[in-house]
Amino acid sequence: MIEGRTGSFEIVIGLEVHAQVISRAKLFSGAATRFGAEPNTEVSPIDAAFPGMLPVLNKFCVEQAVKTGLALEAEINLESVFERKNYFYPDLPPGYQISQYQNPIVGGGRIILDMPDGSSRAIRITRLHLEQDAGKSLHDQDPRLTFVDLNRAGVALMEIVSEPDLRSAEEVGIYLRKLRAILRALGTSNGNMEEGSMRCDANVSVRRPGAALGTRTEIKNVNSIRFLMQAVDYEARRQIEVVEDGGRVLQETRLFDSARGTTRPMRSKEEAHDYRYFPDPDLVPLVLDREWVEELKRSLPELPDAKKARFVKNYGLSSSDAAFLAGDGASAAYFEATAQGREAKTAANWVMVELLGALNRKGLGIAGSPVSAESLGRLIDLVSEGTISGRIAKEVFAEMIETGADPGSIVKEKGLFQVSDAGVIEEAVDAVLRRETDKVAQYRSGREKLFGYFVGQVMRATEGRANPALVNELLRKKLAG
Amino acid sequence: MSSLTALTLAEARAGLERKEFSARELTEAFLAAMAKARPLNLFITETPERALQMAQACDERRRRGAPLPLDGIPIAVKDLFCTKGILTTAASRILEGFTPSYESTVTEKLWQSGAVLLGKTNCDEFAMGSSTTTSHFGPTLSAWRRAGDNRPLVAGGSSGGSAAAIAAHAALGAIGTDTGGSIRQPASFCGVVGIKPSYGRCSRWGVVAFASSLDHPGPLAKTVRDAAILLSAMAGHDPKDSTSAPLPVADFEAALTGEIKGLKIGIPAEYRVPDMPAEIDALWQSGIAWLSEAGAEAVEISLPMTRYALPAYYIIAPAEASSNLARYDGVRFGLRVEGGSVDEMYELTRAAGFGAEVRRRVLIGTYVLSAGYYEAYYLKAQRVRALVARDFAKAFEKVDLILTPTAPSPAFAVGEKSDDPIAMYLNDVFTVTADLAGLPAISVPAGLSAEGLPLGLQLIGRAFAEETVFRAAEVLEAAAGFHHAPAFLASGEP
Repeated sequence: MIEGRTGSFEIVIGLEVHAQVISRAKLFSGAATRFGAEPNTEVSPIDAAFPGMLPVLNKFCVEQAVKTGLALEAEINLESVFERKNYFYPDLPPGYQISQYQNPIVGGGRIILDMPDGSSRAIRITRLHLEQDAGKSLHDQDPRLTFVDLNRAGVALMEIVSEPDLRSAEEVGIYLRKLRAILRALGTSNGNMEEGSMRCDANVSVRRPGAALGTRTEIKNVNSIRFLMQAVDYEARRQIEVVEDGGRVLQETRLFDSARGTTRPMRSKEEAHDYRYFPDPDLVPLVLDREWVEELKRSLPELPDAKKARFVKNYGLSSSDAAFLAGDGASAAYFEATAQGREAKTAANWVMVELLGALNRKGLGIAGSPVSAESLGRLIDLVSEGTISGRIAKEVFAEMIETGADPGSIVKEKGLFQVSDAGVIEEAVDAVLRRETDKVAQYRSGREKLFGYFVGQVMRATEGRANPALVNELLRKKLAG
Repeated sequence: MSSLTALTLAEARAGLERKEFSARELTEAFLAAMAKARPLNLFITETPERALQMAQACDERRRRGAPLPLDGIPIAVKDLFCTKGILTTAASRILEGFTPSYESTVTEKLWQSGAVLLGKTNCDEFAMGSSTTTSHFGPTLSAWRRAGDNRPLVAGGSSGGSAAAIAAHAALGAIGTDTGGSIRQPASFCGVVGIKPSYGRCSRWGVVAFASSLDHPGPLAKTVRDAAILLSAMAGHDPKDSTSAPLPVADFEAALTGEIKGLKIGIPAEYRVPDMPAEIDALWQSGIAWLSEAGAEAVEISLPMTRYALPAYYIIAPAEASSNLARYDGVRFGLRVEGGSVDEMYELTRAAGFGAEVRRRVLIGTYVLSAGYYEAYYLKAQRVRALVARDFAKAFEKVDLILTPTAPSPAFAVGEKSDDPIAMYLNDVFTVTADLAGLPAISVPAGLSAEGLPLGLQLIGRAFAEETVFRAAEVLEAAAGFHHAPAFLASGEP
């Protein structure tokens, strides 16, 4: 819900995600698909639509699409049809894109959103279909000329369309992260919006609660989840303003301007196509074997939802912590390695709060972490064994994240061992009590909350290394004394 | 040596085997005949150097005692087949200067069998036409003339250059493509044999596309046997063409047993069209009689959807063409006419590069696929197509082959029908049905019209039953005894 001047509005959002399929070869040609290759080096005559060239379907891409469909709990259509979507553009060599229109390979499915409060919400998937990517037009290489790079032309895409079930920018973010987690768990797409291996268009409309659907606009040209959330928010507020001013929302395509954080209408010339879809006569209908599909289903890896359930059940994590960790394959694997033989909740806390926090500040991902799961595990062990205190552990960790050094050696080198020698601690306690005679008197006359102050002073005197339990015990005894 | 070009392919093959002449001598004879036939405009590109080079290699193989099945046989290739390193135009200005870096599967198979490339033959632009008059390189003229009338006649089309080259003895065999009749109708006009095999029998990879679901590569030759030899070399499954049939290819020549006793020949009532000349109907009756005498049984059949086939064809073929020809945009190859914007470049390039007939079909095709018309035109045409196929399937429950005339008329004069596209389209009325249904169909020269022009009869078979088609066609050929020579040859063969 968004509050307008005249009351509240509901935002209704449906997403169309284009996810590049992980495959060595393109959807209909044998050309390679490496990201970042020199322009026009990964182009076959088929991709460049030379006369007489014919498409041959890459079975591996089909397998990837079916796996994705299965992971979205969707129906797999055993017969689907490739059609031509006809339009002229220099980076579309044949003058048509081979796509699926009336009979997609995957039908209705769903994605479960893990909401921050630990609840879940199902978003319906309308369909998933396979299609070719276009090449790239480079307008910024020359003041007068447009350059065309066909490396991407013909690369397989999965278009994943949701029903208009999303209700906020926040849900859009959760949906996209969840979808990305599923694609990455399957290995069917990198789902990287910044690199363009995942792209997303959003259909946005607003309505009064309970009213019929409003007119939608389509937002294109957004290259990160954060920007898309921004774009959806902006667009919803813009539409509400239009409605509240007595205007009418136009059905149109709008482009997101990330510099301004706004959307603007696409020039009408940029759309208004009659695509003249018809079945591609160079291809035969795609017929799948039911047994093959079943086999793929049995071979699916553990998916985020199952992983989350297992984390709750086996590790006793809260639903939201489990969802958070299961939502990213690398984090989940790191957590499991760290939790191996240790207290799982402690491990989860270390991973989620300290590790991911630190990595985030350094702009690193789990894969680039200077601290390995084994190393973090040893740090946790040092605390549980009583070798260092929790406070010292954080200092040690800060060192580890900078240098990648082993926690044991840091502790040794810096002499950070916890002091559990009662004699040493007693000396420190006595020194503090001798110094703070006033406060001791106050405490003894009833100001018991000064206890924490004495603990702090002792810890300070021991450079934080004193065993906190022993400090407590001795202080209590002496103050009572 | 003077009669080398008069040989059939099978005779030439035997002569080469017996070393009566070399591949080089045979090729030289044809190169000379091609030079002499230049007034007919048979070839867009002659490849004499390549031909001699290839012939040389054939002779060397033969000397080593390891000849290939077609070693030394000089053939002509419709300029719709991409040939590596050799200009390939589809008879269109839009492919100006286009030299493929790849070889079509069908031609590659022929070279692997030892055939020798004489050149690339003229055809209608993008194979769109029935007269080889829409070519950017001018019309091909038939070797034939009407008796007592020296006006030049069309060779038929779209594979007119290939058909006329055989008739003019400028090639021993040729390959063409048939989308609505483009092999069989020119074969009929030129008095040669042409077969359109089953859809999927010959790979379309490397063939400039006109209408993908209808384009059939196939051979043209002097005799049924020659056509069988060529088709055996051309056919076969190609994983590069998703519509290619994964079926083994028989030795079609071995199917020519001369034995057709007991074969049931269907005679479809619907092919007796109102305006058909009596002489064509009479020839059809002769065909029935010849096959009956050889032991086959003629059976009246009905193909009720026949009258809807031609309109359906002229929706489906342009629809596919409008999309297939979108790639000719001036961006990557062929002609480019610069413009102020990319859209203007498209418009200027395509306006200058495509001829009137191609533009007409691209417009028709774009129209029938447009929103609001798709169901009424394209989808309905596809339903008709399915019904045409069902007609044939039903008929083939009762008969083994179907006999019809190939075309409703003999060759006409250049320019005679060029102002009336509908009259031109009617040329395909007997041939489009087999294209729509993907069935093998052959045209065999069977007689002369009153004006002395060749007329062909067509045999249509079950899908992938080319052997039966060839067997009956050879019987028909023998009975018809067509041994007439065109005026061009009568005027003095070298």
